[in-house]
Amino acid sequence: MSRAAIVVAAVACAACSGRMPVLDPGGPQAARIATYWWIVFWLSALILAAVVAFLLHTLAHRRVAAAPASLVEDTRVERRLALGVAAAVGLTALTLVVLLVTSVATGRALRSFGGTDPLTLEVTGYQWWWDVEYWDPVPSQRVRTANEIHIPVGRPVLVKTRSLDVIHSFWVPGLHGKKDNIPGHGSSLVLQADRAGTFIGRCAEFCGVQHAHMQLLVIADQPEVFDAWLQAQRRSAVVPTDAFARHGFDLFMTGPCALCHTVLGTPAGGRRGPDLTHLASRRTLAAGTLPNTVGHLAGWIIDPQAQKPGAQMPGNAFGADDLSALLAFLGGLS
Amino acid sequence: MSSTVGPTSTLAPGEAARETLDRAALERVWSTPPGFLGWLTSASHKSVALRYIVTAFGFFALGGVLAALMRLQLARPESRLIGPDLYNQIFTMHGSTMMFLFAVPVMEAFGIYLVPLMIGTRNVAFPRMNNFGYWIYLFGGLMLWTAFALDIGPDTGWFAYVPLSGPAYSPGKRVDIWAQLITFTEIAALVAAVELIVTTLKMRCPGMSLNRMPLFVWAMLVTAFMVIFAMPAIMVASTMLAMDRLVDTHFFNPAEGGDALLWQHLFWFFGHPEVYIIFIPATGFVSTIVSTFARRRIFGYPAMVLALIATGFLGFSLWVHHMFAVGLPQLGEAFFTAASMMIAIPSGIQVFCWLATLRGGRIVMRAPLLWALGFIALFVIGGLTGVMTAAVPLDLQLHDTYFVVAHFHYVLIGGALFPLLGAVLFWLPKMCGRMPDERLGRVSFWITFVGFNLTFFPMHLLGLGGMPRRVYTYARDAGLTTGNVVASAGAVVLTAGILVFLANVAWTLRRGAPAGDDPWGAETLEWATASPPPSYNFAYLPTVDGQAPLWSTQERPVVTGLRTDVREVLITDGVDATPDHRHRLDGASVWPFLTAVAATIGVVTALFTPWGVTIGSLLALVTLTGWFWPRGAPAHETVEQRP
Amino acid sequence: MSQRALDVSALPTIAYGPRASIWWGVLGLVAIEGSALAIVGVSYLYLRQNFVAWPPPGTPLPALGAATGDLVVLLASIVPMAIVDRLARAERRRPVAIGLGVMVLLGLASLALRALQFAGALGCRWDSHAYGSVVWTLLGMHAAHVLTSTLENALLMAVLVVGPVEHKDFVDAHVNAFYWYFIAAVWVPTYALVYLAPRFL
Repeated sequence: MSRAAIVVAAVACAACSGRMPVLDPGGPQAARIATYWWIVFWLSALILAAVVAFLLHTLAHRRVAAAPASLVEDTRVERRLALGVAAAVGLTALTLVVLLVTSVATGRALRSFGGTDPLTLEVTGYQWWWDVEYWDPVPSQRVRTANEIHIPVGRPVLVKTRSLDVIHSFWVPGLHGKKDNIPGHGSSLVLQADRAGTFIGRCAEFCGVQHAHMQLLVIADQPEVFDAWLQAQRRSAVVPTDAFARHGFDLFMTGPCALCHTVLGTPAGGRRGPDLTHLASRRTLAAGTLPNTVGHLAGWIIDPQAQKPGAQMPGNAFGADDLSALLAFLGGLS
Repeated sequence: MSSTVGPTSTLAPGEAARETLDRAALERVWSTPPGFLGWLTSASHKSVALRYIVTAFGFFALGGVLAALMRLQLARPESRLIGPDLYNQIFTMHGSTMMFLFAVPVMEAFGIYLVPLMIGTRNVAFPRMNNFGYWIYLFGGLMLWTAFALDIGPDTGWFAYVPLSGPAYSPGKRVDIWAQLITFTEIAALVAAVELIVTTLKMRCPGMSLNRMPLFVWAMLVTAFMVIFAMPAIMVASTMLAMDRLVDTHFFNPAEGGDALLWQHLFWFFGHPEVYIIFIPATGFVSTIVSTFARRRIFGYPAMVLALIATGFLGFSLWVHHMFAVGLPQLGEAFFTAASMMIAIPSGIQVFCWLATLRGGRIVMRAPLLWALGFIALFVIGGLTGVMTAAVPLDLQLHDTYFVVAHFHYVLIGGALFPLLGAVLFWLPKMCGRMPDERLGRVSFWITFVGFNLTFFPMHLLGLGGMPRRVYTYARDAGLTTGNVVASAGAVVLTAGILVFLANVAWTLRRGAPAGDDPWGAETLEWATASPPPSYNFAYLPTVDGQAPLWSTQERPVVTGLRTDVREVLITDGVDATPDHRHRLDGASVWPFLTAVAATIGVVTALFTPWGVTIGSLLALVTLTGWFWPRGAPAHETVEQRP
Repeated sequence: MSQRALDVSALPTIAYGPRASIWWGVLGLVAIEGSALAIVGVSYLYLRQNFVAWPPPGTPLPALGAATGDLVVLLASIVPMAIVDRLARAERRRPVAIGLGVMVLLGLASLALRALQFAGALGCRWDSHAYGSVVWTLLGMHAAHVLTSTLENALLMAVLVVGPVEHKDFVDAHVNAFYWYFIAAVWVPTYALVYLAPRFL
């Protein structure tokens, strides 16, 4: 019976861990943490089984309580109990020391992943979206985007976490633990993807009414793919020549949009909301709240509060034609 | 006079008559005046404590309804049942209610009820202050729930991190109400703590040296000391937050040199001991129940006491483990990991001693013991997940996820509520004189046990699956649906279990069989008097010469010579509780209630203007003058009449 | 009969010092208030890390005059308080009442000096910056303790004057003294932190 239980548990673990990013590491940091997890998990399972087994055995083999309670104790029984308790306490202490040492070693290993020449990002949390800046010694080579991070496979990425409003927390469980974004304090962590794929990140510190909808995507690409992406991100937007899209462009620049959003290569330089220069290249809208499709974008522009009540973006009453023109312009921001 | 401690006594006819007269006199002097006024002015530790317990369970029910609403909302992905603003109020109210209005007050209240009885005295050291503490607690809870009913309940979490809870990002009065709730509940908690410490140190019956105190009394003593040193931190922090919001101080404003992390340090310096303040009394319940139903003293009394004291001290050295994601210096991280793991040793000692007691005892299976056994299993699970989160690397994944929600519910529900429910069944006969139904007690245990695990075990998996805390919804494709559905279904079962438990209590109060003095055959002094105890607790205060006085076969003398025409108690001194002097306690008074009203007016006004502090202080000055103004003391205590 | 009963009727009904439960109650209050003040003191040191200059630029070092006068008054006041304490144990009604009156005056003197500190010595307001917030809070908390203790002394003095007088009133004077010693003593580290430390930190 116990063997069957182990098999079931192992299958369950395999089945579950596929959907559990903490246990499905995509890089060395998350992998080290997952290793520590399995060590402490199996030790804990053993300890729990031992305690429950002892308890059940004691209850199953209990002596009959015929006599009333007594203060008289059998010294042999007391001595055996004392030995048992002492052994248990000793084992507990030993286990804890093992775990402490392993934990410190894991921490040390995590700090050693940094390598030379990491890709450096500054991620600033806002209520309720992520501003991402790819740092470069040459200012014109820096890239600003929002809610979606691309990284090259196999290269360490230094993520500096910042906030200018409330405390947020940058967390991509498939790649690493979290690090808080605290106003007045800067922190950082180094993560790395060892396989291509998409890793979901979430804000992990309660930051207000839309904390639940503050997601970001980390997309790990092979280095060549990443380089091409970064190059594309460095290009400014082009003012559309097509009349319809040009009308949308005008609406954007003369309307409220340009007050909060930046589109490089245009007069729009607002910094209150995400940079939209390459909006069309992203997979999601509103920090992972909606897929990036024309329909969802239209709904978001007209009434953000319907999708994300409390979001800082106001509604915009565009007529149907104007909205289509605007969408045509935005669709060109790839 | 009865010369034995215990339900049976061999009385000579003259002695029996004398005892009857003394009891009548004591009842006249110690009883609470009848009616509403009596209730308002009571100086009886039992009536104040029972009031506290009933009120606390009322808040527990309210907090439970909030939890049910949360589980209802989270039962489906992207549910629009409850919007984010209401949800944020709900989880803030749930945490604040459970922690400040239920868990700590109910534990202290059991202490206020039981400690005077267990140490063989008639009341707590400061009976009127005890009453004041209750009113302050009640008014604070009413203020909070009134705000919630008006849709201005606090909404930044029970921990209210700045800058979110500061003036810039939380306009209006919501957070101010939270900050003042803290003021109310912490005053009440500190009042009860002072009562417990002074009563325990100065009013133990002769012969009850510290090493003969019941483990529950030790637990309450350690808890009370923790309250004294932990509560000031959150009082200071919440006052700083209130000042930032009301009068533009800059404690937490980074733009003017303030620091968002200062809040976290102050909050968690209180917050971590807070959970031990809730847990340690529960260990006192477990020790009492286990020894009674294992028919022997707890194994390893000295180790148990040292474990309690060690937990009390160590509890103050862990707080930074709530801040591992902040980006701390490495040495700090290692220290707090070590401390957070090492506290498992004294907890482990307690668990192993209980197991040894069961092993070496003759077990009688009754419902209260079931709750204690369930506690052992659930607390071990919660303790193990605590050791998991103590490791910084792993905590960086688990922190602020549903894994932590699972962890703390295992240690708070499994580790504190289960013992509390066992304690309710155990002491209900003493408090009301009737026996609870054994079958209902067992059935409610099993339903609750199953429901609890169904609700909270999946949350470990949800945390590993990437679900953060304090989210009002989650995406359909996030892989979190199954766990949430199971947890919500479990919540239904858990609620049912609690309802069956409460039904048992209600039934007991109306129809339970008469309990007698000592239905369980227990060992501590509260079982040496009637159920419920008379207003004066014991006709003659007992003396003891060992642990477990009711299991002793020797006759012990009782205390005579205390006056029966005034509320006189015996003050003992030192480690060995030698009789020192006789002391008159005050009786019923309306001033504690009025002082609480004055303080409430001040605090509520202070939500809107700092002059509230002045107004409240002036009003309190009047009521405190009334409180302390002499009022016709007996002749033997008067030095001089008017000049 | 004496083996079966412990007769305590010969015990006194009044006690002073740690024998008395009220003394322990006041000790509890001292522990609570002392912890609160210590927490604010630690916050002061924590916030110091956020500043290059302390006090911050534009705020002068706190002036020592009124505060040092306050220190002298409070430390000196321990003597009359101790005398009142001793007279209380001897249950000398008039001397204790007079002594409490002296203590009230000394308390008012301290409060006046404290008002001067708020009025000018600090050189900033509570809402100027974090430094201002924390020093005003430290001084304000301590002032609140001086005020409440002074009011307690005044109240007790009124009781002793108006009568009737009970034995326990003298115990109250004794524990008021205990609390006063705490207030006077805790001004020393508070003064040092607010007025001396910025000159060295």
